[in-house]
Amino acid sequence: MRYSALKIFTEGLTGNKGWKPVWREPDPKPEYDIVIVGGGGHGLATAYYLSNKFGVKNVAVVEKGWLGSGNVGRNTTIIRSNYLLEGNQPFYEMSLKLWEGLEQDFNYNAMVSQRGILNLIHSDPQRDAFVRRGNGMHLSGADAVILDRDGIREKCPFLDFDNARFPIQGAIWQPRGGTVRHDAVAWGYARGADAQGVDIIQNCEVTGFQIENGVCNGVETSRGAIRAKKVAVCVAGSSSRVMAQAGMRLPIESHVLQAFVTEGLKPTIPGVITFGAGHFYVSQSDKGGLVFGGDLDGYNTYAQRGNLPVVEDVCEGGMAIIPMIGRARLLRMWGGIVDMSMDGSPFIDKTHIDGLYFNGGWCYGGFKATPASGFCYAHLLAKDEPHPVATHYRLDRFRRGAPIDEKGQGAQPNLH
Amino acid sequence: MIINHPLLGPRDSAEFVYKGDATLIDRPDGMADGVEDAFHDYAYMRDNPAGEHRELWYHEQGDRSWLVVTRDTLTHDISKVELARDVARAMGRSR
Repeated sequence: MRYSALKIFTEGLTGNKGWKPVWREPDPKPEYDIVIVGGGGHGLATAYYLSNKFGVKNVAVVEKGWLGSGNVGRNTTIIRSNYLLEGNQPFYEMSLKLWEGLEQDFNYNAMVSQRGILNLIHSDPQRDAFVRRGNGMHLSGADAVILDRDGIREKCPFLDFDNARFPIQGAIWQPRGGTVRHDAVAWGYARGADAQGVDIIQNCEVTGFQIENGVCNGVETSRGAIRAKKVAVCVAGSSSRVMAQAGMRLPIESHVLQAFVTEGLKPTIPGVITFGAGHFYVSQSDKGGLVFGGDLDGYNTYAQRGNLPVVEDVCEGGMAIIPMIGRARLLRMWGGIVDMSMDGSPFIDKTHIDGLYFNGGWCYGGFKATPASGFCYAHLLAKDEPHPVATHYRLDRFRRGAPIDEKGQGAQPNLH
Repeated sequence: MIINHPLLGPRDSAEFVYKGDATLIDRPDGMADGVEDAFHDYAYMRDNPAGEHRELWYHEQGDRSWLVVTRDTLTHDISKVELARDVARAMGRSR
């Protein structure tokens, strides 16, 4: 069924009786060409691009919980391509371009809203760093504008420009950045993959891998064994637990990132604002809630909840730079478990086990990467070679002395 | 989280800085042959378990001691707190 304004109109006149479930609930078949482990944003995007762009349709996605129950449902929905390094920026710019065409591509309203992202500058060295980053963004074809105080005041008059500790000197502005309705991304990809015959199997936990003589031939699941020519793991947040079943250790720690949303307000915040110096960022959802967050809690955890010191830190950051935020009441807060890698950058790679592939290590930035991650993973799975923009995301990059460390923090995952 | 410091008693975890897996105490011998793999694993690879985890915390806002905290990463329950110095010495380190 193709969605359109006409379809909504005619359904409205006929009692909305024509809507159908948008994906099937199949039982697992004994064998597939490719089994994708993890039915979140990246796994479903991978299935979508495999079946729609690379012609591989005998695919299953197995998901422990329900579709989209992981971080695609727990993030703060921001899209942007404002990275510096050569290994990252072309990948994220490709992702932003895919976001821009996504709704037309998969015929689903993902509410892609490009209202821009503003990164505040508080000192001369920070301005130098952001100018350099902006030039790096231009090299990949992305957009970046350095704003002065008046330029920011036009967009965001409510900021505390003369904050005693972090007075605002300027900002780097990416007009094409913005937000997307996160759940709709998972649903749209699932619908598009299902339409091409991909089996999306929910409530099906992978309990082991069938590995014989260094070759992975399938997975053991809570719903029986499934053979596969290739197994593609895509479970960021739980990567270490799942890959341990294949005997692998990863350069990853699991950390919790908290997020917050206020009651719905009239339109007040024009795009995404990041106050990096104060560990705070905010945007406003289409429902009106202010969606904001800050730093990791900073210790290894698999509990999907954080602790109060970070709640205090985030709220202090918000009050410091946007004093009016104190008038809004906090509605909900939650935590998501993220794969923090040793250099803050992800992995899309084969493993040393033939037929076993790995996608993970997305740190706190996996949502914006969803389309490109799916596309590049599908490319790797279909052609057995990395997509040109994802060639740096190798598992052996630390051994080769080639980390992609945007912040220059070294092998300390909670600081990236 | 409250960390029961062996010398100072119960302290708020916000006073501490988190380092990571306590295996970082066990630095490989840099003079041994073929030590590159051992150092790669030491610096970059982690077990990252779901469940009991021994980890290093530094009491930066306190007495600046390093602690080895045994904590459950699923529940945040802390079952044991030791001075990292004692742990290192028990492993045969001189300091």
